[in-house]
Amino acid sequence: MITKDEVEHVGWLARIEIDEQDADSYAAHLNTVLEYFGQLDEVDMENVDPTYHVMDVVNVFRKDVVTESLTQEEALENTKSRQDGHFKAPKIM
Amino acid sequence: MSKAKWMGISKVRESIATSSSEEVTASYLDTILKSRINGYVTINEGAIARAQDIDKNKDGKGHDGVLAGVPIAIKDNISTKGIQTTCSSKILQGYVPPYNAHVIERLLDAGAVILGKTNMDEFAMGTSTESSHYGTTLNPWDHEKVPGGSSGGSAAVVAAGEAPISLGSDTGGSVRCPAAFCGVVGLKPTYGGISRYGLISYANSLEQIGPIATNVSDIATIMDVIGGYDPRDSTSIKQEITYQDSLVDDVTGLKIGVSDEYFAEGIDEGVEKSVWAAIQKFEDMGATWEKISMPHTKYALASYYIIAMSEASSNLARFDGTRHGLREEGENWHVMASRTRAKGFGEEVKRRILLGTYALSAGYHDKYYLKALKVRTLVKQDFDKALSNVDVLMAPTMPTPAFKIGEKIEDPLALYLTDVNTVPINLAGVPSISMPCGLVDGLPVGLQIIGNHFDESTIMRAAYSFEQNTDHLAKRPAGVE
Repeated sequence: MITKDEVEHVGWLARIEIDEQDADSYAAHLNTVLEYFGQLDEVDMENVDPTYHVMDVVNVFRKDVVTESLTQEEALENTKSRQDGHFKAPKIM
Repeated sequence: MSKAKWMGISKVRESIATSSSEEVTASYLDTILKSRINGYVTINEGAIARAQDIDKNKDGKGHDGVLAGVPIAIKDNISTKGIQTTCSSKILQGYVPPYNAHVIERLLDAGAVILGKTNMDEFAMGTSTESSHYGTTLNPWDHEKVPGGSSGGSAAVVAAGEAPISLGSDTGGSVRCPAAFCGVVGLKPTYGGISRYGLISYANSLEQIGPIATNVSDIATIMDVIGGYDPRDSTSIKQEITYQDSLVDDVTGLKIGVSDEYFAEGIDEGVEKSVWAAIQKFEDMGATWEKISMPHTKYALASYYIIAMSEASSNLARFDGTRHGLREEGENWHVMASRTRAKGFGEEVKRRILLGTYALSAGYHDKYYLKALKVRTLVKQDFDKALSNVDVLMAPTMPTPAFKIGEKIEDPLALYLTDVNTVPINLAGVPSISMPCGLVDGLPVGLQIIGNHFDESTIMRAAYSFEQNTDHLAKRPAGVE
């Protein structure tokens, strides 16, 4: 069971502000789904490896050479908050 | 053209040859303007200019591409340079990508004209297109029903004659479900078959871009344009497939597998009958069928949702108000981001991010995420085993026809359960095509034909043969010729 406090904590981890009055309904919805997920407990997984990726592709490298990319102006064109060619954000610390 | 029409690519090209791409494009834009189904989020204001450009080249050396002047609709999670791309979310309102997705580059090279961006469930999270910030799309067959999702707009506009072809994306059925509900053809290619470069990620180990059309030949034409290797997507795989070559009307000796697990409790009787009638038809055409068992199917749904939500919680971290879209005020970055995301994401997106974050958080990783990945292995083994004995699997795409708008939106789990027949395919990464195989109470039923990795040619041969020997694709929504 996920509690109201845990919902708020997970909200913080996910950087989604959760109003106190909404936390209860989130907890209820989340618990319904988690309960459904619980059915995986009945599956025998002894000696079963996890599948992260269905295709046998590992270590895809490219040559370390400069290729065409977005210009600084293009990269910045979707924000008004910029300064000296950078994105401008509120202080982090 | 006064009435909305179903026109395949070859008909559209004939029309362009006798008139112009400009005229054909204008006619589609006119149909869209008069439409009530809300299939588009954004209309491409440059569509006519682009069509004129192609027309100028028509007699010269310019565009001799297979899609020269042919209009196409694009799901709103595929990046289009200069055309707003929102993923049907408030958080990306006003976002205009500075670059094209790989598939868009390919389409433009082939001469296609983008009509606009189609409506979808927000960030592709849904089965009904009801979670769009821009209002739900209506099913052209019955305006009180959902079009399916998440590529609801892409399927609905093709069914309504508002575009001849479209692109969707399929993470857990998002191309096949709306194709089934709207009575058109939709392909989820093999994982790695099409570059995802420029597709805004929801669950990147599961999703593929896929075409939607009114016939199987058009699916092949689009796949020949957009399929293939691209170094910008490190999961894209080198394969030489000519999809056109699979358009052969012959299923003699084709071995079909049918699994009872795909006709589970809750399946609509009419859907079950239509699908069995289709399998019978294949038998009449020279194929054989046998029952096969896929014992882990019932666990696929939980596994899928845990993986999809976990990947989503990571992929959607980039929407933080810093570089694009909505930004709320806050005394520091964390508060700004938390408020921006609280205001910019809809309820279902928030629920999935929260569940994914929870499933990956300390103490729960092994209980949920790791277990889901192990079940994924078991589901994949079911497919490996089945497809080593038969050539294709056949199943209903959706257990019911399109349901009523509003019927399931308040109950997320009920909505998830409708994906029971589509998500196992994404877990295994195999290709699957959905095509119409009948009507139940005036609503289309989708037949799902599933094949082995990179064996699109077999499922498309089966689909093409079925199309050539039945008249299901002759049926259209009211008001569409």
